[in-house]
Amino acid sequence: MDTIFAQATAPGKAGVAIVRLSGPKAWVAIETMCSGLPEPRVVGLRELHGRDGLLDTALVVVFEDGASFTGENVAELHLHGSSAVVSAVLSELSSLEGLRHAEPGEFTRRALENGCLDLAQVEGLADLIDAETEAQRRQAIRVLSGELGEKAEGWRQGLIRAAALIEASIDFADEDVPVDVTPEVDDILRRVLNELESEIDGVGFAERVRTGFEVAIVGAPNAGKSTLLNALAGREAAITSEIAGTTRDVIEVRMDLGGLPVTILDTAGLRDTDDPVESIGVEKAQARAKSADLRIFLVDVDGSPAFEPIARDIVVASKADLIGESSEGVSGRTGQGLPKLIEMIQSRISELAGQSGIATRERHRFAMSSASGSLRDALVNLESGEVYELVAEDIRSAIRSLDSLIGRVDVEMLLDDIFSSFCIGK
Amino acid sequence: MKHSHFDVVVIGGGHAGCEAATASARMGARTALITLKKAGIGVMSCNPAIGGLGKGHLVREIDAMDGVMGRVADKAGIQFRLLNRRKGPAVQGPRTQADRAVYRSTMLSEIERTPNLSVIEGEVVDILDEKGVINGIVLHDGVEIRSSAVVLTTGTFLRGVIHIGEQSHAGGRMGDAPSTKLAERIDDYALPLGRLKTGTPPRLDGRTINWEILETQPGDVDPVFFSFLSNSVSSAQISCGITHTNEKTHEIIQRNLAKSAMYGGFIDGVGPRYCPSIEDKVVRFAEKTSHQVFLEPEGLNDHTVYPNGISTSLPLDVQELYIRSIRGLEQAEIVQPGYAIEYDYVDPQALNLSLAVRSLQGLYLAGQINGTTGYEEAAAQGLVAGLNAAATALDKPRVEFGRSESYMGVMIDDLTTRGVTEPYRMFTSRAEFRLSLRADNADQRLTPKGLEIGCVGGRRQTYFTEKAERLASGQKAMSDKYFSPQDVAKAGKRLSQDGSRRTAYQLLGLPNIDFDDLVKLDSSLGCIDIETRAQLGRDALYATYIERQNQDVAVTKRDEAHLIPAALIFSELDGLSNELKVKLERQRPANIAQASRVEGMTPAALMLIMARIRRDAKLPATA
Repeated sequence: MDTIFAQATAPGKAGVAIVRLSGPKAWVAIETMCSGLPEPRVVGLRELHGRDGLLDTALVVVFEDGASFTGENVAELHLHGSSAVVSAVLSELSSLEGLRHAEPGEFTRRALENGCLDLAQVEGLADLIDAETEAQRRQAIRVLSGELGEKAEGWRQGLIRAAALIEASIDFADEDVPVDVTPEVDDILRRVLNELESEIDGVGFAERVRTGFEVAIVGAPNAGKSTLLNALAGREAAITSEIAGTTRDVIEVRMDLGGLPVTILDTAGLRDTDDPVESIGVEKAQARAKSADLRIFLVDVDGSPAFEPIARDIVVASKADLIGESSEGVSGRTGQGLPKLIEMIQSRISELAGQSGIATRERHRFAMSSASGSLRDALVNLESGEVYELVAEDIRSAIRSLDSLIGRVDVEMLLDDIFSSFCIGK
Repeated sequence: MKHSHFDVVVIGGGHAGCEAATASARMGARTALITLKKAGIGVMSCNPAIGGLGKGHLVREIDAMDGVMGRVADKAGIQFRLLNRRKGPAVQGPRTQADRAVYRSTMLSEIERTPNLSVIEGEVVDILDEKGVINGIVLHDGVEIRSSAVVLTTGTFLRGVIHIGEQSHAGGRMGDAPSTKLAERIDDYALPLGRLKTGTPPRLDGRTINWEILETQPGDVDPVFFSFLSNSVSSAQISCGITHTNEKTHEIIQRNLAKSAMYGGFIDGVGPRYCPSIEDKVVRFAEKTSHQVFLEPEGLNDHTVYPNGISTSLPLDVQELYIRSIRGLEQAEIVQPGYAIEYDYVDPQALNLSLAVRSLQGLYLAGQINGTTGYEEAAAQGLVAGLNAAATALDKPRVEFGRSESYMGVMIDDLTTRGVTEPYRMFTSRAEFRLSLRADNADQRLTPKGLEIGCVGGRRQTYFTEKAERLASGQKAMSDKYFSPQDVAKAGKRLSQDGSRRTAYQLLGLPNIDFDDLVKLDSSLGCIDIETRAQLGRDALYATYIERQNQDVAVTKRDEAHLIPAALIFSELDGLSNELKVKLERQRPANIAQASRVEGMTPAALMLIMARIRRDAKLPATA
């Protein structure tokens, strides 16, 4: 196994740059560069020497295998954040036998392969590094800390138990095992199924926290949609003009609203038109607006929305500055009513985010949905009585679906459970 | 020094040896079966029963390949029971109490009338090889027998030690010497060895048991046989007795635990969890105040009774004490004390899927020597080893069995990829394709393969071909006819009125429809015979599940087809964890399917191995 190294901090000039090493030779490599390693997990100040003399004075930390991020021996050098220093140190390291530059993601992969992180945690870690907003950070931390893993562990325990009960009554029919295991199995399956389903419901919102909630601004041409978008974004993102129908494409602006990632969509004005290009834009706008998480309908004082809003949508009068300062509407041009609108958007989005679960990816949803389907089949078969072999098959296939979340469940685990619960051996 | 020459030599006349020798001979290889004494052929050293769940499946599979165990067990059967009769056919397993003496004599005569097969009495003291290629054996008296392949089926005889209480002596089975010299030869091959233990209960004199007051368990009214060729019982049928241990029994055992070989620290080997000694039961399940004991007669003309469920390594006087504390056994006499036996086994990870030792050419291992337990497991391995030893000798292709095809395939794959930590026993739960690997369709699954490789005789071929034709034409007749829910309603059965038309075959798979209903719908189906009806019903029952499973079967087969070259050095693969490298090097998975079952295997690591195989395959062959 090679020892790998890489700069862990972003490249370029900075106060501090960190170089990380992982593998069997991580400690030895640093030891050849400085006089004596500090105690594991204690920071030490050391002079680093290369073939051509002093490289830098750095803080050195080492972690022993089993107590490190990758599960291997790890060393970290906290260097002065100059490109020259970093490249000198990296070149020194690459000259050492058995060391090579890490491939992208290789540290994490080793952590995964050495069982320090599970797959969900790796995804959580990637999300944490990419996190731009507070809600994203909180969610990534939940995944990284293994909350999904813990929940999945609960399901795994349950499913192993249920499968073991069924298998015991099949494989040890001649022995001292309970004959009717239906009630306990039924309990377990229902519990796991409920938890799975509420988790599935939460995936969509959790995914939004990760990728951003979509808020569409909808209204007739020239209703002031683009002006509102610009005001929300604080910059000229969409072209605005007095001529109706300027915005033909859907324009997106990403922003952070109260810690939640939000993508505001500015859509083409909704009206009947003969212009084929504009009519495509209108169709597209309507479809996109409907699939968004939230819609802001901009209407004239006496106007009505272009299509039926759903309960959480916001309907607001536009161009409030033309009506008067006391009006309830909003004006992108003057900013009148804007704080109140932002507050409304925030509170509705937060409500959605609050429903998010800890499974955050389509992959998770797919695995959980097919598992819940199998568990439903299992419950039906369980009710019909003597077809335990089909119940076993359904549970097996549910476990197989969840493999990607909970890891493989082996027949040995079922046997372990059977032999520890029942006195087998007539 | 005398010489003689055979294609295949089988060492050992137990269940693995008998099956190996007859399989090899059926393949057309001149075969020698070497046993210490003829009287030891087909001995049942443990309980007098064949079959059960998973095990019964194995016997059916052996029979489908025209093996001997099923036929012999049917002849010797004195009580037939189909286990799990009330559950579905996939998990039903035939089982029989066998008359020990009849079993032995029937097996001997089967062997003696098998063409190409000679029985030689003697002790094998050495195995001969030249540069890693096996070429024969040496007997105790110096006689050399040359052969192209050797099948070793020595059971518990390798460094066997028998324990009764604090006393122990070397022995392969009660009353037999262990094979110490052979063990030394195996040491030379540097095969990885481990130590296991197993135990038996004291045997009782049936005339001293008070049967009058005991509950009995009779056999089935309509017996189900092992062999597809059997159709009637050959012996008188008996019932087994049932009694229970009680608090007094447990108290005696508790008080004497220190004297038990197992609890006194005299035994290092690992015993099976599913067959615990009575000491184990009392200690590990202390809350239970009673355990069931089956009293199984060992034969019609034999007074010996095997009390199933109370194996032990306590001293004889304690055995007597606890036996007599049990209801019905108050006056019981012990005819042979219970004992524990420790023995060496070869880590089966050193074998390939044909049960050949990977590091040598021409040496096959089968049975308990591979860390398994049970007559059926042994016999099934014997069959596979015998077929392959013959194939090697006759220069034919290897005969391997897949997990999606048979329990034999499941077992051999488990053994060779994962090794054993306790004596390995077959369970139906080990077979992920359990719904299609049924005892009832073992012939449909395997007999064609047997015919292809040439190990199936004429009588079975005729019988099988006729049956297969009946099934095929029955299936066709049923798949050609479609019925709407309204049609079915006319026959008095309600279906969901979803408007979809179903074939007669699909209807038969529904829980509330039986064959008579179908005949009401279409009288022409009435000409299908009873046996075919039943088999079609079993096939139809799981049809939808099996269809779904076929995807998994396809994946397994695809992964099994990705062979891992023997030259691939796992430890040189960058990116594999050290732990995985060690496991892969030890287990040497033969293909990607096996590699995926290595404990701790990750999708990423599997991709890595696949990538390396592909890369190597693309590289031009270099000198």
